[in-house]
Amino acid sequence: MIHLQGIGKTYRLGETEFAALTDVDLTVERNEFVALTGASGSGKSTLMNILGCLDSPTAGTYSLDGEAVAGLDEDQLARVRNRKIGFIFQNFYLMPRVSALDNVAQPLIYRGVSPAVRRERAREALTRVGLAERTHHKPNELSGGQRQRVAIARALVGRPELLLADEPTGNLDSRTAKEIMALLADLHRDGVTLMIVTHDPGIASHCHRVVRLHDGRIAEDFTQSPRPVDLTEQHTPVHA
Amino acid sequence: MNAIADEDKDAGRFQSSWYAIQECVRSALSSIRAHGLRSSLTMLGIVIGVASVICVIALVQGLSESISSQLQGLGGSTLTLRSYTPFEDQLRGKHNRLRLQDLDELRHRIDGISNITPIVFAGGGMNSQVRYGANTATGQMFGTTANYQDVQKIFPRSGRFLTDSDDASRRRVVVLGEKMRRDLKLPENPAGEFVQIGSEWFKVVGVLEPRGEMFGMSQDNYLLMPFQTALVVNGVVMQPDLWITFSVNDLEEMENTKLRVAMLMRQLHQIRDKQPDDFVVEASDMIAKTFKQISTTITLVVAGIVSISLLVGGVGIMNIMLVSVTERTREIGIAKALGARRQYVLMQFLIEAMVLAVIGGLIGIVLGFGLSYGIAQSIPDFPSPSVPWWAVLGACAFSGLIGVIFGILPASKAANLAPIDALRYE
Repeated sequence: MIHLQGIGKTYRLGETEFAALTDVDLTVERNEFVALTGASGSGKSTLMNILGCLDSPTAGTYSLDGEAVAGLDEDQLARVRNRKIGFIFQNFYLMPRVSALDNVAQPLIYRGVSPAVRRERAREALTRVGLAERTHHKPNELSGGQRQRVAIARALVGRPELLLADEPTGNLDSRTAKEIMALLADLHRDGVTLMIVTHDPGIASHCHRVVRLHDGRIAEDFTQSPRPVDLTEQHTPVHA
Repeated sequence: MNAIADEDKDAGRFQSSWYAIQECVRSALSSIRAHGLRSSLTMLGIVIGVASVICVIALVQGLSESISSQLQGLGGSTLTLRSYTPFEDQLRGKHNRLRLQDLDELRHRIDGISNITPIVFAGGGMNSQVRYGANTATGQMFGTTANYQDVQKIFPRSGRFLTDSDDASRRRVVVLGEKMRRDLKLPENPAGEFVQIGSEWFKVVGVLEPRGEMFGMSQDNYLLMPFQTALVVNGVVMQPDLWITFSVNDLEEMENTKLRVAMLMRQLHQIRDKQPDDFVVEASDMIAKTFKQISTTITLVVAGIVSISLLVGGVGIMNIMLVSVTERTREIGIAKALGARRQYVLMQFLIEAMVLAVIGGLIGIVLGFGLSYGIAQSIPDFPSPSVPWWAVLGACAFSGLIGVIFGILPASKAANLAPIDALRYE
């Protein structure tokens, strides 16, 4: 479903060029559960931005769900993001002034869905993440874990091809982090394709496949049997 | 779960845009509410601008309406024929005139007209002072016939008007305007008193009902005498210049009658083909029409000048919108990450600027109304203000336009943010 070939990204800072990614080939099939790991500066955020159509590569081709994405203009990329990708961010990135329900419904606005249908689908998505009771709370009235659930519901509401999570548990305490991982694993069982960007091997251990980046290249790419999320176990995050 | 829902594709373009606009208005209102104080201060510029425009328009229009309604007394089927001298000729001391012969010819050679009323100005030819006992007064004096009261819709308050027999026997009688009666300190009902004009004595037969004031000047400072009397008193000095008013019996024939009168006058005055008329035939409501035109022009000019202050309000909106875009960079980044296109972000901020401006405009309209009534009340005898619907609509539209114009810069700044930079913005 995802097919990257020879992807490169170079930034130019005045005279000096800096290669964030070099010659990355990556194929991800439907319903995979992939961890994208690497130290900070390894290029994993850049790769995630390219995968999420937030940024364009300077070299290579990228096809998502059979559509060549690399050459699209900004508005076409917006359309791809809206329909094929659900984002989950470390800092949740919810709209502060609107309710959980409206936050979740937001991507559907850009699709031209009617308010009634938007609300209906947002309610379904919030129920799916276990927040059916909190639809009218604003983000600042919710706990960190609840906020991330709202963000996950927002990512799900458009029924995207791919869920992209950038350090989804980075701002959460370990207990809540595990709940969120359990939810993501659960979504994967429902058939969602998931990619998690993380520097935390503990998080990566729950994934079926691990892609490790080093200095802008893929250093490791292996499948593993994922460690089940044990909500009772005392989790200690290990920093790479 | 992974398929893009088909129902989305069915949403019509128009419907989708409508939903998007709805959402933008909602978000604009919530953002304005979230920064209550700041938003109201931003609106203040527009509020003051619109309020002053509305106030000025209301006062000028109120004034002009009250004047127009006084001019309206002149009948619609009435034509006035008078001499006309171009300004350059006036400077050379040349004055075109209508003569008594013109009046006679008009009487006999034009069909379908009635109430032919000549008016001759008496003041210029003689000392225009009127004396009663020790008191003197100056004012307009003219000679006319009994028809005058029907044509001008002015009737005596006490006593009687001039009659045909006054005219026929050239009686030395006068009818006074209210102000002239007061200036002369004549009794409330002065019929039977005698006043002196120049060296002649006239008997007062009546006082006309008051017409009120226009531009602070009394319209009742005048005196009427029989037409033939005026010619006798007047004729010694110079050839009289007449005004002739007459009614057209059939309104449909108005234009034709005008043409026939004009042709007759050209013939009588021996005007050759290429030469311009030395007279004017005009409908009596002409004055009212001309006045209306002038007052509208004045209103627009004044409103235009005042609306420059709206631009200042617009700059205020632009300023705050720029701040708002910077503050909400993260929000814009999120919206773009979730799939908002440039166009949508542009529209969202344009609508927000517009909503700000229009709310300011609405408050300004109400304030302007109140202000104009307050001013009208505090000036004695000032007519009550009137706000025409086009001013209200115009003020709304103009403030919306200001919002759009001054919103373009901030909105395009927002729309052009790269999603990734906007997301990273701290």
